[in-house]
Amino acid sequence: MSLRTTPFHARTGPLSEGQAWRRWAGYVVASSYELSHEREYHAIRNAAALFDVSPLYKYLVTGRDAARLLDHIVTRNVAKAKVGQVLYTPWCDADGKQIDDGTISVLGEQTLRMTSADPTLRWLHLNASGLQVSIEDVSESTAALSLQGPSSRAILQIAAEQDLSSLKYFRLTPASIRGIPVTISRTGYTGDLGYEVWVDAPQAVPLWDALIEIGTAYGITPAGMLALDVARIEAGLLLIEVDYFSSRHALIEAQKSSPLELGLGWTVATDKERYNGQPVLAAERRRGPAWQFTGLTVDWDSLERLYADVGLPPRLPTQAWRMSVPIYDRGGHRQIGYATSGGWSPLLKRYMALAHLESSSAAPGTEVRMEVTVEHRRKQAKAHVTPLPFFNPERKRA
Amino acid sequence: MSYDAIVIGGGHNGLVTAAYLARAGKKVLVLERRPRVGGAAVTEEIFPGFKFSMFSYVVSLLRPEIIRDLDLPRHGLHILPLESTVTPMENGNYLAAWADHDETRRELYRHSPRDAEAYDEYGRLMHFMAQAVKPILSMVPPDPTSFAPSDLAGLLKLGKHFRGLGGERLHALVKLMTMSSADFLDEWFETDVLKATKSASGIIGTFLGPRSPGTAYVLLHHYMGELDGVFRAWGFAKGGTGAVSEAIASRVTARSGTATGVVLENGDELAADIVVSSLDPRRTFLQLLEPDQLPPEFVADIRRFKFRGSSGKVNLALDGLPSFTCMPGVGRQHRGAFSISPSLDYVEHAYDDAKYGEFSRRPYMDIVFPSMIDPGMAPPGKHVMSIFVQYAPYHLNGGWTDAKREAFGDAVVNTVECFAPGFKSHILHRQVLTPLDIERITGLSEGNIFAGELALHQLFFLRPAPGWAKFATPVRGFYQSGSGTHPGGGIMGASGRLAALRILQDGR
Repeated sequence: MSLRTTPFHARTGPLSEGQAWRRWAGYVVASSYELSHEREYHAIRNAAALFDVSPLYKYLVTGRDAARLLDHIVTRNVAKAKVGQVLYTPWCDADGKQIDDGTISVLGEQTLRMTSADPTLRWLHLNASGLQVSIEDVSESTAALSLQGPSSRAILQIAAEQDLSSLKYFRLTPASIRGIPVTISRTGYTGDLGYEVWVDAPQAVPLWDALIEIGTAYGITPAGMLALDVARIEAGLLLIEVDYFSSRHALIEAQKSSPLELGLGWTVATDKERYNGQPVLAAERRRGPAWQFTGLTVDWDSLERLYADVGLPPRLPTQAWRMSVPIYDRGGHRQIGYATSGGWSPLLKRYMALAHLESSSAAPGTEVRMEVTVEHRRKQAKAHVTPLPFFNPERKRA
Repeated sequence: MSYDAIVIGGGHNGLVTAAYLARAGKKVLVLERRPRVGGAAVTEEIFPGFKFSMFSYVVSLLRPEIIRDLDLPRHGLHILPLESTVTPMENGNYLAAWADHDETRRELYRHSPRDAEAYDEYGRLMHFMAQAVKPILSMVPPDPTSFAPSDLAGLLKLGKHFRGLGGERLHALVKLMTMSSADFLDEWFETDVLKATKSASGIIGTFLGPRSPGTAYVLLHHYMGELDGVFRAWGFAKGGTGAVSEAIASRVTARSGTATGVVLENGDELAADIVVSSLDPRRTFLQLLEPDQLPPEFVADIRRFKFRGSSGKVNLALDGLPSFTCMPGVGRQHRGAFSISPSLDYVEHAYDDAKYGEFSRRPYMDIVFPSMIDPGMAPPGKHVMSIFVQYAPYHLNGGWTDAKREAFGDAVVNTVECFAPGFKSHILHRQVLTPLDIERITGLSEGNIFAGELALHQLFFLRPAPGWAKFATPVRGFYQSGSGTHPGGGIMGASGRLAALRILQDGR
């Protein structure tokens, strides 16, 4: 096979009933294991879903200046983070336009792990000149599983033989599962109670087996990217190359976005020294970003009427979609933005979308129109601006 | 204490009514005699660590607009898909319907290539039929004998709607309204076990057999939920807003034909401009009101309203899952339903017993394992099993006794044992609910799970009585809601919502 498989493939490969695979960072991962992703989705919200997230790019940054290097690159304040903390953060170019987003795990005083969606090794080196730091690409040597859902804690507590109730949201702990050394972080991409387990690649399969064996009584369900996509939209989480373009890949200026335009203003530090994009971002914050990234809820009655006009019941997207869809003002004439992801939430019974709107039209509750294609014809359905996330259960942080 | 509105009965329809009224800014009180709300839609920990949806166990028909309007997921509601139905046959074979269309077609092909093709066409027809009756569900039934503008407008709308269906579909609809489910299915399929399993949904909650005329409609009634897929939920989020009081309403007070409030069993009087009863029609009109508040013809109609509870429920706590002879082992089949309906004769024989006042010796059963879908329902590795059983007549020869209840439970368990030998050894606890128990615990008259039989003469503008199907009652300010009103049981929350909308429309 010319595309690479992950260290869990010995287990995930035979589970695939429909041979539905998706490419991710040069690897193939399951779109869904069963013929439909429905049950895998419900496991995220009702039991525990197990995702193979090994394709993430991972870099181990060590040495005296490790935190200093990362602080120079990302928008959040790394120096302030304590050992055991995980930061979600974007990073920008000198113009304050977003390159990528990922996490930084503070494994030790001078040991940090960065994850990214795009290869970042060169960018790390470019920013490291003169610093006492060593950068190692551990993308292949470190495998990762994400266990997400209300039962995830119960399963990991048994597996790791340790009380995880004190492990707070966005914190990590070293642990051992059946003698396999792992790092457990309380992180994920679903907006639910969930954890990610980091392991050396050669130990990947025994780790998978242990979690499945212990988790079966708790409804553990291997899940693929289709289920994850619905959950991450409910959670209002961005996806690179779908909801925004990396400024490194953009061909024209208009394709770039700043974190302030992507709803990530909270990650742009105001309490640290100069970092990539900092002066531009500070100025942008003062004048207010031109765009807002927000949720939209499509009005059911309006959608139902559009379909009833042609004698059909409403067609709902059974899978999340990823394309650019025009959004108009309530009059339906002036385009005020575009949606980039959307789908039906089986939990919330809502048609939701993630959209970029001009700041003047992005206040919660604002009525807008979203383009929908009904029987080959372009129509407009009523929609309302909805603050993100769509779904935010207490258990996520509790 | 005074309220804008008092809702009697904290079942799901009462709660939906209360929540909609509260959402419109009303000060609402819900009166419920049990220590918990939910009525027949409750989850209870009957045995330590094992949680059961004690009575009703499917919400395939919960209106999505109610879930959205009342923001139920935020209050914990999560509707989970039910993937399959497996019908074990007496010869060790089985019939299965899976979530995947191709897989189901291949399975049907094994029984009959002809039926495998007919299945899609049948599904398409039922889709059209469900579409055809769907507007009726969310409509206040117009009275065909009335010349009031709103009734005429409603009838006109209805007439236009039916004319728009076209000949073929209108004919099919008339057939559905008049035929037995067995006859209707005979027109489509040749595989007996398929017809038996499909016809089972035509008998649920009725005192009829698959060969009784009128059951084809009930078939459709259950099909309507499938527009949105087949859903089951474990646990019901309580309606959220509004106060809930654990108190028994004994009387609705009325002065010169207008409701003024409620008197509780302990004698306390509560005043309110609006009183809503979500109890069944018998309790609403014959118990809550002084008889002289109602016209005698109306009272006679309510007295004639049929209940005839015919179903029981057996809830089991298991230390392991049963292995069925037809599909040995434990697997994905346990995430769906097992339908004990091996043949049309089997189901009709089950009805024969009931017709003459006995419970079915070999009953029709709809079995699910909620813990397979929602692991929180039982301790890890253990399971709960929910068995919906028909028939168990309310009016049993000689009446229900503790011994009869256990004999009924034995008949259920022994029948399952025939299809899954060794199953009995997994039982840790058993709860058997007869229609009498259902009446005793939930207050549903004669234990009818739909608060009144789902028969054609008790639906739409006849539910619960001619002329009084629009949620209003002969007493001003006193409204009715619940499954005993249009559109009837199983359409979870629809009547509760319609009643609230009617009340708000009346400007009350």
